Amino acid sequence: MAETITHSYLENTGRYKGILAWLTSTDHKRIGLMYMYAMMVFFIVGVLLGELMRLELFRPGQQFYSAQTYNGIFTIHGIIMIFTVVIPGLAAVFGNFCMPLLIGARDVAFPRLNLFSWYLYILGAAIALSSQFLGNGPPDTGWTFYAPYSIQTHTNVVAAVFGAFVLGFSSILTGLNFIVTIHRLRAAGMTFFRMPLFPWSLYATAWIQVLATPIVGITLLMVIAERWLRIGFFDPSLGGDPILYQHLFWIYSHPAVYIMILPAMGVITEIIPTFAQRRVFGYKAIALSSLAIALVGYFVWAHHMYTSGMSITARWVFSLLTFLVAVPSAIKVFNWVTTMYKGSISVKPPFLFALGFIFLFMIGGLTGLSLGSLATDIHVHDTSYVVAHFHYIIFGGVGFAFFAALHYWYPKMYGRMYNFRRANIAFGFLFVGFNLLYFPQFVIGIMGMPRRYFDYLPQFTLGHQLSTIGGFILLIGIIIMLVNLFSKKGVKAPDNPWGGKTLEWTIPSPPPVENFDELPVITGEPYYFE
Amino acid sequence: MEMNRDDEGAKLGMWIFIFTEILLFGGLFLVYAVMRNRYSDEFHQAAHQLNAFIGTVNTVVLLLSSATVAMSITAVRKGEKRKGVLFILITLLCAGVFLINKYFEWGHKLSIGLYPGSEMMVGLKHGYILFFSLYFFMTGLHVLHLIAGSIILTIIMVRIQIGSINAGNNVLLENGGLYWHLVDLIWIFLFPLLYLIT
Ligand code: HEM
Ligand SMILES: [Cu+2]
Repeated sequence: MAETITHSYLENTGRYKGILAWLTSTDHKRIGLMYMYAMMVFFIVGVLLGELMRLELFRPGQQFYSAQTYNGIFTIHGIIMIFTVVIPGLAAVFGNFCMPLLIGARDVAFPRLNLFSWYLYILGAAIALSSQFLGNGPPDTGWTFYAPYSIQTHTNVVAAVFGAFVLGFSSILTGLNFIVTIHRLRAAGMTFFRMPLFPWSLYATAWIQVLATPIVGITLLMVIAERWLRIGFFDPSLGGDPILYQHLFWIYSHPAVYIMILPAMGVITEIIPTFAQRRVFGYKAIALSSLAIALVGYFVWAHHMYTSGMSITARWVFSLLTFLVAVPSAIKVFNWVTTMYKGSISVKPPFLFALGFIFLFMIGGLTGLSLGSLATDIHVHDTSYVVAHFHYIIFGGVGFAFFAALHYWYPKMYGRMYNFRRANIAFGFLFVGFNLLYFPQFVIGIMGMPRRYFDYLPQFTLGHQLSTIGGFILLIGIIIMLVNLFSKKGVKAPDNPWGGKTLEWTIPSPPPVENFDELPVITGEPYYFE
Repeated sequence: MEMNRDDEGAKLGMWIFIFTEILLFGGLFLVYAVMRNRYSDEFHQAAHQLNAFIGTVNTVVLLLSSATVAMSITAVRKGEKRKGVLFILITLLCAGVFLINKYFEWGHKLSIGLYPGSEMMVGLKHGYILFFSLYFFMTGLHVLHLIAGSIILTIIMVRIQIGSINAGNNVLLENGGLYWHLVDLIWIFLFPLLYLIT
């Protein structure tokens, strides 16, 4: 018989062995895993830096290190978490691993470019991290690099900024690759409206990556030129305009929050129908709301600048648009909840994390509205209220969605199951720890606790102490989760452990090198639960 | 792994990449617009300092080079390999002329101490500083793109010569040509903004 033996993508069959076989592989599944491993290392470093800050904040006054050290830590914590963890985030890991599977393709459109993006990612991250060890000490500008301070400070801003530039380039190339892949490589019969919703969200994300990142790229280059050559774009003493920097920065960095959250929403949209065993409610609304978010999200950037000097007209227009962009997000939440209604729900770990996502994302989103409205923002601007808000969105939202996706596709990735009970326990720690860590910061923020401060007045002590305790409960959760997933091999996973309907569940776990023996032909909608 | 060639996909990818390049320069054009609006008189006067003659020559040279790239594509499609190589060679020569002109233009400015961060520059009025900063930054970034484009075209030329780009398989040449048109296009915007609006 002329049957070909199909190897799992985890086996090395090529020229190289061991780690080299991975580092030279253009297989989208391996590249996805390589992103994941790198990202986890960065994430753990970032988390430990976060805990270091929480320790310092346990009591008012100086505990362990100086204010300047604190400035350095929150800056690199922000840079690591934003540029190396959540911006590539779910798109780089699960987008790479799953998107070709979900659309019935053998790989992405440009596999070698895909590997190149990964190397750029590693290079960019290495350059950004080198800022800690080279030059005149760690940068202390915050991850936003606001001018004119980023021009004036003697710390090693250039390395951090250049690292972010390279990371942006990597992000652009991934976006480009995904757009072409989704246009060109969908399985026969898979029209756009028969495409699963995770690829839909990746498609919207990819357009933002491609269209917004160049702006921050050039802005970062301008900062470098300004530091080296005194070029004067943003430095008022040479006639430049620091507010212009803020505009250029946020023109990218607001859409960037959608680069982070859209794939997260996409993952949740895959998980909920599977565990409710129901068709997704409002398929088209969810698909199109991703595009709507991408589009409107472009025009809201100045809500970060209500207090930095803008005409009153500009302010209310941006406020109005900010409220508008909340609508498509809310549409998704309603659709998820409605999908669960009357479903036959089985509460397995991925579903639990997805529920956690919805809850935390809602708190983050609703508090975001109070930051989007002019009057209330003036009160809480630059307080720990903001810190709590964005951690609820990017950690509670993106982070929990990442964990959900990991628990959902883990059996497909490794062909193994994990221990459900321990996963649930980890979720418990994570959820409780998370809320204890960040909820008090809303409260002390309203009371007036500024952000980026290493010291505080005595009345904020209780809030900070609860927060620090929460931080360590959270850390325990992370450890339990990672140990459960990666310490020992679980039992062999079936091809379709959750009863999912999308294409990745029709192939073996772990998938063979070329994914599909024969490319599938699509004749109907992606979620056809009875 | 089975490798299906997808020329349409490759071209789509290139177009998207070109979009990102335009946006990259778009950020600079935005800064230019803001600063020109703020210091319009000083921008006006500073622009007199640029050598419009060299600028014009470079514009003509780049337009010519865009034409020869296009002709090379036509030639390769028809299977005329030697012509294809020749036209790319002319394109590269044009790029060389452009760079030599730029060398003299910048060299002159550097020799009289007119460059970002120089003592003379820092003493000028704000509008002048910004004009010349933008001038150096924008033309500098453009030159980097020109050099990158030349390297790509050199590789393509070799590939035509050895026959791996041919009448049936020339998407790489087409994409290289697209990139070269982009380099040209950006210059077409830079030229009036910096040299002509005086
Ligand atoms: C255990 C987990 C974490 C802890 C304990 C933690 C703690 C902190 C603390 C104490 C600050 C400084 C607040 C201030 O002084 O104003 C901070 C800032 C920040 N965190 Fe986290 N964080 C954690 C996870 C994350 C994650 C997962 C992300 C993103 C994915 C993130 C993104 C940021 C950003 C962007 C900043 C702002 C930095 C700046 O102001 O420039 N954090 N975090
Ligand atoms: Cu925003």
